[in-house]
Amino acid sequence: MKIHEFQAKSILTRYGVRIPRGDVATMPAEARAIAEKIGPRVVVKAQIHAGGRGKGGGVKLAATPAEAERLAKDMIGMTLITHQTGPEGKVVKRVLIEEALDIARELYIGIVIDRAREAAVVMASTEGGVEIEKVAAETPDLIFKEYIHPGAGFAGFQGRKLAFKLGLAGETFKQAVKFITALYKAFEGTDASMAEINPLLITKQGDVLALDAKMNFDDNALLRHPDILAMRDLDEESPLEVEAAKYNLNYIKLEGTVGCMVNGAGLAMATMDIVKYAGGMPANFLDVGGGVTEEAVTNAFKILVADKDVKAALINIFGGIVRCDMIAAGVVKAAKELGTKIPVVIRLEGTNVELGKKILAESGLAFQSADGMKDAAEKVVALVR
Amino acid sequence: MSILIDERTRVVVLGITGSEGTFHAQRMLEYGTKVVAGMTPGKGGTKHLGVPVYNTVSDAVKAEGANAAAIFVPPFAAADAIMESADAGVTLVVCITEGIPTFDMIRAKTFLRDKPVALIGPNTPGIISPGKCKIGIMPGHIHKPGTIGIISRSGTLTYEAVQQVSKQGYGQSTAVGIGGDPIVGLKYIELLKLFKDDPGTEAVILIGEIGGTAEDEAAAYIRKEFPKSVVGFIAGQTAPPGRRMGHAGAIIAGGKGTAQEKMDALRAGGVHVAVSPADIGATLKAALR
Repeated sequence: MKIHEFQAKSILTRYGVRIPRGDVATMPAEARAIAEKIGPRVVVKAQIHAGGRGKGGGVKLAATPAEAERLAKDMIGMTLITHQTGPEGKVVKRVLIEEALDIARELYIGIVIDRAREAAVVMASTEGGVEIEKVAAETPDLIFKEYIHPGAGFAGFQGRKLAFKLGLAGETFKQAVKFITALYKAFEGTDASMAEINPLLITKQGDVLALDAKMNFDDNALLRHPDILAMRDLDEESPLEVEAAKYNLNYIKLEGTVGCMVNGAGLAMATMDIVKYAGGMPANFLDVGGGVTEEAVTNAFKILVADKDVKAALINIFGGIVRCDMIAAGVVKAAKELGTKIPVVIRLEGTNVELGKKILAESGLAFQSADGMKDAAEKVVALVR
Repeated sequence: MSILIDERTRVVVLGITGSEGTFHAQRMLEYGTKVVAGMTPGKGGTKHLGVPVYNTVSDAVKAEGANAAAIFVPPFAAADAIMESADAGVTLVVCITEGIPTFDMIRAKTFLRDKPVALIGPNTPGIISPGKCKIGIMPGHIHKPGTIGIISRSGTLTYEAVQQVSKQGYGQSTAVGIGGDPIVGLKYIELLKLFKDDPGTEAVILIGEIGGTAEDEAAAYIRKEFPKSVVGFIAGQTAPPGRRMGHAGAIIAGGKGTAQEKMDALRAGGVHVAVSPADIGATLKAALR
């Protein structure tokens, strides 16, 4: 799960990570009031999940509280387009008003889980303010890494090593060690999957602060962090994906016209692949779960046909021990309830295959049965052509 | 022949009295798996499905000689169940549970490091040596004994591959799901080593997906040290970057872990790559010709 910058900062400050003074505003007048308290010079930052906000006009400096109010008025309600939002952009609902600081250096600190090493890795770089993927590709020797032992936790020497490699000294060095240590505590304490401070700011006075902050969380651990779960912003997610999540379905909207409903994530990806291989494009990823229930199939079908881009649907269920007649009955029931005209190709494997096919054939609906994945993909692609 | 499990495997089922545990322990018993014990804290001394239930895995090992554990407990209790099983001295742990927090798994794997135990999963359909033993949730009847080893990160896609293999007239020595999570137990290389030493395995099918680098590491190993034929398929050729495709581990992060990269790596390792998932069986047949 992703959260906003202001939310990430509110979590980090609880763990002792130093952040600029500031507050969030949903009205221009609030922006002015915050600027009067912490200003006069402030930065107005649009709060959307996507990165690249600065280039898109979502981060601006205000010299006075009046200017902060004006900028907030422009920003709140605007559609911000960045390289991460897609062409449709994101509507800005809130702005973060922060004190403007004197920048001496911009560095980078990030923490992720390294899958191959099976440990968290803290990464630091002197190249702050640019995308870390770019630094990793062009100047990998400027990224310094410390792997964290799961039993021992983050060790003091690891913080010192990173701070020295960033070229810090004196009071700034001490602050940086404290900063990195606190950031790691926040990462582990919240079951984060990613924490990124880019840039990590060194002020002209030598202070160390998080100028920006990004945190993602392990979805599997959210139930033990109700405070973080409450930060979920459904406005940032696709409405159909939110609806699907209510039924415990894994759904991701894509660009194509062939709606896909499959049991199991791997088979769902493979089904999307074979649709493309047959000359079509998948409209979505939709995994109803390996076990499949009639209820899941019914709900999934509703989600599938609610997408206006879907011209035909492919249902691929490898049931194994699941009964195909039960799946077929569920799909027929959902289609009749919805009165959908979308043609559907169904491939069923499991027990009672023939009975399932009979139910589909006798339903009076535009359903075709397919034998195997290849046949199914070719039939559904022919329908969208 | 087979790897990791056979007729001598004696299974203790953790969470046997829960609904999932009950359902699948019953199916395992029907398949002929020697489910010798169940484990549910507080229900020790009772019987479930005709199997004695113990309070701890250690009790089950001592009383029934269990040497493998199957885990069907809820996500927040599963890492603990893995550690308890390893501590009790079983040599194989199969964790079916999906949804375990990543940090829990990192800690559990650290706990396993110095212990003589193999972990399969989590978030796996399990492992089956057809006709001998099944520990997991896969439909037993689609499998048949044979000479093809299968290693996969998926569940139902593995069943698809099994069916295609069967249609070509081959059976399986052992089929293993390594699990769809970012942190799992045995990965491709450890399993390939076992298949290499198994005289009953003639060729291996490797089913991967987007995310991580396990397939790339496997490809490098195959190129250097694996003498048998390998057929590969990678799911997620059409998956968008930055999105979790159902499995917690199936995500293209920072432009890394794409299907194309993995297919290229496998080809470079001498693997026969099926581009379409419908061609896995046919690719195997061609490779063995």
